[in-house]
Amino acid sequence: MNELDQLYQQVILDHSKRRIGSPLVDVTEGLLHGESHQHNPICGDQIRVRVELNDDDHFEAMSWEGDGCSISMASASVLSEMLPEMTKDEFLDKLEIFREMMRSKGTFEPDEEVLEDAAAFVGVSKFPARVKCAMLAWVAAEAAMLGANK
Amino acid sequence: MYTLPNPSLTLDPRGDKATHDNYSEDHVQTMTGQPDAQVSLSAVEVQRIKADFEILEHQVNGTDVVYLDSGATSQKPRCVYEAEQHFYENANAAVHRGAHTLAVEATEIYEEARETVAKFIGARTNELVWTSNATEALNLISYSISNASLGRGGEAAERFRIGPGDEILTTEIEHHANLIPWQELAFRTGATLRYVPVGEDGALRYDLLDELVTEKTKLVAFTHVSNVLGTFTDTQRFVDAARKVGALTVLDGCQSVPHLPVDVKALDVDFMAFSGHKMLGPTGIGALYGREELLNAMPPFLTGGSMITVVDMEHAEFLPAPQRFEAGTQRIAQTHGLATAVSYLQEIGMDRIAQWEEHLGAMLYEGLSQIEGVRVFGPSDVRRIGTVPFEVIGVHPHDVGQYLDSRGIAVRVGHHCAQPLHRALGVTATTRASTYLYNTEEDIKALLEALGSVREYFGV
Repeated sequence: MNELDQLYQQVILDHSKRRIGSPLVDVTEGLLHGESHQHNPICGDQIRVRVELNDDDHFEAMSWEGDGCSISMASASVLSEMLPEMTKDEFLDKLEIFREMMRSKGTFEPDEEVLEDAAAFVGVSKFPARVKCAMLAWVAAEAAMLGANK
Repeated sequence: MYTLPNPSLTLDPRGDKATHDNYSEDHVQTMTGQPDAQVSLSAVEVQRIKADFEILEHQVNGTDVVYLDSGATSQKPRCVYEAEQHFYENANAAVHRGAHTLAVEATEIYEEARETVAKFIGARTNELVWTSNATEALNLISYSISNASLGRGGEAAERFRIGPGDEILTTEIEHHANLIPWQELAFRTGATLRYVPVGEDGALRYDLLDELVTEKTKLVAFTHVSNVLGTFTDTQRFVDAARKVGALTVLDGCQSVPHLPVDVKALDVDFMAFSGHKMLGPTGIGALYGREELLNAMPPFLTGGSMITVVDMEHAEFLPAPQRFEAGTQRIAQTHGLATAVSYLQEIGMDRIAQWEEHLGAMLYEGLSQIEGVRVFGPSDVRRIGTVPFEVIGVHPHDVGQYLDSRGIAVRVGHHCAQPLHRALGVTATTRASTYLYNTEEDIKALLEALGSVREYFGV
């Protein structure tokens, strides 16, 4: 696989079209919910992420709307699929692993058990200009989670 | 004694000169479609020019680099950075101070560079102020007007004073550098910012100009050539409208000075900003042209060393322009590099470069328009430089740029520092190809060919 194909793995191209979790859905009464709008000024990509958590600190759902490149849109789709039933701490752990992978310049060997479809983004880490695209939804979900209230 | 190294041109200077003298600027204006072989550069000449650019001989991602991002910054011929090196090895010293030999030589080089660049745009030597780039040049005007509006500059600065009730006019196609300094000036002074909008195709609404320019208008800022669309502004209409009400005119020459013959006196503008790095020069050097009487009446922006006559603990008297706007130790090697770039361009001939790029621009516009699934932005049937923005329908510009990069083709993606124009065009980002004198027809063909397979790759 050449570097371009590693960047645009089929799972990424598929998610960029399926856009799981998009568009935004209304919050459920009684659940903790938070929202974050993130913007990449370099390319104009933007995303609004909404998360819902129950009282046991488990994610119930993530929904989003955004406009951006295939990497940023696929990343949001993948995260929306992963997040339900995850605890806050599990998410923060996975975020750290994902961030470490993104900073690895292609040297990271992801554990698919842990990162699931997000492991496909390892190819992005060879393209420093695109790391921000992959991180956008994760950063938005983190900010939404930290600001969540009823 | 230090002497300017000859640009490493391999062209036949006599042949070029004969061609240059025989043709006027009119040929540039009437040029459409195929290049006129007698005026435009020949393919062979372009190949020879390309050989002066070391970086264009390099490979990117295993293939020869096709550089189509000169609108962002140009590549530099060897003679430019060799001139800078030569300066540091032979003549480096602070200018306009010190009596030692190196200081005298450095000052001569610095002022010779000013003369060369001023002549290049048809200005007098004292009318060219060095700045770090065009952005600083535009901010210089903005802050000098602020200072005048606070009362600085005495009676002479009267015509620079603006305040509540006054208006500043710009356009919707501007680069952020020719927009935000005016927004900020409006905030600081209480003046109102207005703008000439664009139509759906990105063409300026000149029909609204008479309505927008009124007795309240104190300054009109507009670009010569759009950095996104590559199209020309009808500068005469802006100048005429501004003159009628006594407003100052500020021209953004960033995308015109590198690509075509520009004469500020013929354009009849009051100020013009341009950057060195887009015209084969080093980064960190740009210039502001201003009419001599205006520059000498305008209070300074940056203050400090080298711009004064007499200083006591309460006051300072300022030097006349251009020194009054050149506080602190200046970018001496960079001015020398830029002057060398200008000599290189002059030896080839700006009218011939303009012809060649207009040909490449037409090739780009027509070629892109013919690719299925590619939408080209900007009005058709107008004069343009070799700059064309487009979108591949269904594929984000960032992904288009990445795909092209894998084939060694460098283009710009994003909003190109012109978010309002993109919003008016109904998109957040575009892909932009932009040429310069070293681009060949093969470069354009490589781009067009690669674009033919983008949608298939992304499964659109």
